[in-house]
Amino acid sequence: MTDVLQIRDLDVSFATDAGAVKAVDRVSLTVGPGEVVAIVGESGSGKTVTAKTILGLLPETATRSGAVLLRSKDGSSENDIVSVSKDRLRQIRGADVSMVFQEPSTALNPVYTVGWQIAEGLRAHDPKLSAKAARARAIDILTRVGIPEPEVRVDYYPHQFSGGQKQRVVIAMALVLDPGLIVADEPTTALDVTVQAEILDLLRRCRDEFGSSIVLITHNMGVVADLADRVVVMYQGEIVEEADVYSLFANPQNDYTKKLLAAVPRIGQKIEAAERKAPIARDAEPVVRAEKLQIEYPGRMGRPGFKAVDGVSFSIAPGEVLGLVGESGSGKTTIGRAIAGLTKVTGGSLRVLDSEMNGMKERAFRPKRSSIGFVFQDPASSFNPLLTITECVAEPLKVHRKDLDARAVSQRVGELLEAVQLPRSYGDRYPHELSGGQRQRASLARALALNPKLLVADEPTSALDVSVQARVLELFAELQAELGFAALFISHDLAVVDILADRIAVLYHGKLIEEGTGVEVLGAPKDPYTQRLLASLPVPDPIAQAERRRLLADLIAGNPPA
Amino acid sequence: MAITTATSPSTPKRSLWRRLPIVHQLSQSVGIQRGMLVTGLVLTALFVLTALLAPILAPYGYSQLRDESGGFGAQRPPSAEHLLGTTVGGYDVLSRVIWGAQTALSVVVVAVLLSIFAGVALGLVSGYFGGWLDRILVVVCDAIYAFPTLLLAIVMSIAISGGQSSLWGGIFAAAISITVVFIPQYFRVIRAETVRIKSEAYVESAKVVGTGNVRIMFRHVLRNATRTLPLIFTLNASEAILTLAGLGFLGFGIEPTSASEWGFDLNKALSDVSSGIWWTSVPVGLALVLAVLGMTLVGESLNDLADPRLRGRRAVAASSGTVAETSVVPGGSLTAGPGGLAGLENEGRS
Amino acid sequence: MSKPASPRPRKGSGGSFWRYLVIRFLLIIPTVFILVTLVFILMRTTGDPITAALGDRLTAVELAERVAAAGYDRPIFVQYMEYLGQILTGDFGTTLSDNRPVLEVLLTYGAATLELAFYALIVAFAVGIPLGMVAAYFRDKTPDAILRIVAILFYATPVFFAGMLLKLIFSVWLKVLPVSGRGTTTTELEMQLLEGKTGIYLWDALRIGDPGILGDVLAHAVLPGLTLGLLTAGIFLRLVRTNVIGTLSTDYVDAGRSRGVREFRLVTKHAYRPALIPIITVIGLQIALLLGGAVLTETTFEWKGLGFQLAEYLQARDFVAVQGIVVLLAVIVALTNFIVDVIAALIDPRVRY
Repeated sequence: MTDVLQIRDLDVSFATDAGAVKAVDRVSLTVGPGEVVAIVGESGSGKTVTAKTILGLLPETATRSGAVLLRSKDGSSENDIVSVSKDRLRQIRGADVSMVFQEPSTALNPVYTVGWQIAEGLRAHDPKLSAKAARARAIDILTRVGIPEPEVRVDYYPHQFSGGQKQRVVIAMALVLDPGLIVADEPTTALDVTVQAEILDLLRRCRDEFGSSIVLITHNMGVVADLADRVVVMYQGEIVEEADVYSLFANPQNDYTKKLLAAVPRIGQKIEAAERKAPIARDAEPVVRAEKLQIEYPGRMGRPGFKAVDGVSFSIAPGEVLGLVGESGSGKTTIGRAIAGLTKVTGGSLRVLDSEMNGMKERAFRPKRSSIGFVFQDPASSFNPLLTITECVAEPLKVHRKDLDARAVSQRVGELLEAVQLPRSYGDRYPHELSGGQRQRASLARALALNPKLLVADEPTSALDVSVQARVLELFAELQAELGFAALFISHDLAVVDILADRIAVLYHGKLIEEGTGVEVLGAPKDPYTQRLLASLPVPDPIAQAERRRLLADLIAGNPPA
Repeated sequence: MAITTATSPSTPKRSLWRRLPIVHQLSQSVGIQRGMLVTGLVLTALFVLTALLAPILAPYGYSQLRDESGGFGAQRPPSAEHLLGTTVGGYDVLSRVIWGAQTALSVVVVAVLLSIFAGVALGLVSGYFGGWLDRILVVVCDAIYAFPTLLLAIVMSIAISGGQSSLWGGIFAAAISITVVFIPQYFRVIRAETVRIKSEAYVESAKVVGTGNVRIMFRHVLRNATRTLPLIFTLNASEAILTLAGLGFLGFGIEPTSASEWGFDLNKALSDVSSGIWWTSVPVGLALVLAVLGMTLVGESLNDLADPRLRGRRAVAASSGTVAETSVVPGGSLTAGPGGLAGLENEGRS
Repeated sequence: MSKPASPRPRKGSGGSFWRYLVIRFLLIIPTVFILVTLVFILMRTTGDPITAALGDRLTAVELAERVAAAGYDRPIFVQYMEYLGQILTGDFGTTLSDNRPVLEVLLTYGAATLELAFYALIVAFAVGIPLGMVAAYFRDKTPDAILRIVAILFYATPVFFAGMLLKLIFSVWLKVLPVSGRGTTTTELEMQLLEGKTGIYLWDALRIGDPGILGDVLAHAVLPGLTLGLLTAGIFLRLVRTNVIGTLSTDYVDAGRSRGVREFRLVTKHAYRPALIPIITVIGLQIALLLGGAVLTETTFEWKGLGFQLAEYLQARDFVAVQGIVVLLAVIVALTNFIVDVIAALIDPRVRY
């Protein structure tokens, strides 16, 4: 056989407090030489467990059966990872198969130089290797993954690199022993979309220049379309569909695959609920108006502060949904928090519901708070773990509607839960007993409890699976149409914002660089950063994505990034 | 997701009994950790029972020097009348050991209760409101925290009783000295928890809603911040016993006529050791070690169970397995029930 | 171990380490100030030291004279300001019981305590850190279980009882080691006669060059060193185990594993070094525990150091001496914590660069 990797009838179970849980169920797949195979699935699909099995990195309590046959690059040896000895497994790791981790900042040891860490992998396989030779090879591999000034950077510590460069270093470590197979576990999930495009290019070069096969674990269909040759779709531990990338996107067979593809948000996509939008009162006094807004975080111990938001002006009319887009560090979350009075405004003017937030006094602002709802990003921590969902949702009523008696409150909570399509009985549950999507809906119910005029939603769907995200977005649009509140919708995902927002504002390093309707901003972006951001977003269609990739390359060649 | 929710250990109708602290952890523990926890609980129960039943268990009173058949005599080796012999002062060693448990327990209870209330109140207010008061309290508590507890307890007991071991001074001086030493520890833990919880989304969400500070503090912060208390409580109780014994050993103990105190007895037995008299020191010391050991074992096990990284292999493996699966939907089945400690960051303090 | 990367000229924001150093040093001042104030206030709440020491031996008139002569009848605030001024000039007062300057007492007996702490730290580092790594490596297996129990026993046993047990076994029953003191009478005499003596017997014995004396000094050091050292070793063991287990579950250790690095090396290099930063910080806090333990150890073994002397002064109710020693120890604790934090910062490249 010529396959680099052959998995046959793999079963993986874990022992838990509640008994055995099967994570992977009779999975079989193969990876040919120089092939990129994507394993796609949502949380709980078993894709990461499958990936870890390939390197034998499962914890000791996992029980495995089946075979994972791994061939070395030159074809000289073949081993079954499930049954090899510990020592042999150690020799295989790094030399025949290596791994690229999801979070580059945790995959690098913070107290050693990257050169030392690269050399560790080399020395593990060749103890006689001299320090000088190891260093030379480290510099060589850093050069090949595109780290500038590798002779100097080899002695840098991880924190001296940017996020994208860190991921390059992680990839360099995986490549240094020239393994036949690289397992990349969500390699771009932790990165901004513009950096993601660069890392995807690098992974493509791994295959083209180093001749490595790649197993790509991801939940992002755009990434799959960009990089994969063949796709394996997993659901609840089983493979539900396997096809080459073109036929999978063009002609999905399995129902789950179809649902998954349909749920991926696309730019220019219209959903029915968002079409029947509430009317926007453009002439009325805006709900939020920012003028030359500045927000600076104080520096620690005499250092200069950090300007998170720098001279931003925008406004939100009653009934309008403004989408705020930007990458990490752009200041988008800070603006949302300032509107809700959670972060102090340090300069310019921010008027929220006719109150000036610059120099705001909490006591004076408190009555206004009943007209503001807030949905947080992380559904795991947005509810007090000791209170039931009913108690959590009733909290705003208890504070602002002291006139309501217990029965009226519980009546209202029931209505709210039904409005967000949760059964009333869920009110008796504790937050940890709900799934992420359910909690995010309950969070929406709490935010809407007092019929607010303004809703601030800070990345409300970024922690959710794509199919759950689609449902929450739809619900958001329906409720907005029905209740007519104005909203600030913050997201890093252009496609998500495009679905919901009337207007889109793009932030970059604390400055607002472009603003307009979805058609204006996403159809014909004027600012070079917006252009790049848009071009970097991979679309779930391999043919269109290949075209976009070419456009992005031209764009970068024409306008070298700052 | 379906796999994990279906088999999630935290079902809605979980009995109250199983959610109680200790009981919850006991059922959560496996292997060595369970062994440690059970041993610790047994030793602690023995200690508490001995203390409570001292009047019944002890053959003689703590300050009894003679009975109907005359004086006990000093430094007598173990015999039928005196199972563990007599001390240099002529007391019955076994009785002193048993009565000593009572002194130790009362001091620990008073000290830990006082310091918990003071420490929790200060930590909560300081951590929640921040500002200059917070900064001052942090510097003061850090300064005290870094200082040898024993020395501070000595200074405190001088301040309280002028170093005199009067009847009143005895238990109370020791308890208050220990209290002052421990307040900074509770303060630090509760403040750190409060600061962490303050930035949790559910507290921010309460703020956005316009909930008042008092309501936020009691409804959202306090109950979540005090989830680590059983753990600190047990670790501190053992430290309190050690501090009390240290004070007694340096002569700040309680006079033998007003109560029995292990550290004081060990101090008196110091010169016996050189002449090979073992029975005045070894039983007392062992009682002390067992009492401290019991509480330390309970505290350590709770600490391990509270820290997801330190929980027993079986449990850790299980959760890391589901982490891999549910990482995109945080909080699936990872967080323990409302009574659970899992997930609370607790760096190994000692 | 071969290092591919030799230390290089530092790049990046080099000023941040020095800034940290200065700020951390300035933090010593409030710490010491708070402790000095606290101790002063507490010691004076029950009255002046002369009454405390001599109150039951002198008549009321004599007492009042002595109190007035020493200035203890002035307002407490004036006395406090004066005390602060004295401390700044290095004057810690004069003891009441033997009428010696506290500073002289500190210098005389400080060396002995330093020596004891040195022995204890050697034991603690040599036993605690390697065994902690072994426990982490064998996590939840038999060696780990045994080591954990040993560690808990080490720090659950009060030092004075541990000392008494060791004494009983090795000095009284086996008769292989001396019962107490820092040397035999002959040794003590030789030490007194030595010119330019440091008070650190190990050092002085090396200078005398007599193997008999050196052996005697070492024999006397074994039990006190072990007693105090094992307590600290137990805590170090637990600390190293906890932190190494913590770093062993990080991605970067898994990343090392995925490149074929040996398990042993993962523990001793990849997981240990990052774990060292919190370990060192907590070790700094253990200095306080070590000093408290030293007081009890010295009393148990009649090791004539600061702690032993402190206990003596406590018995004599000489609170001027007690206050002086306690304040000095506060300064020592604050300084060692500063040094420890700087070492931790030096190990952490994120602070260094």
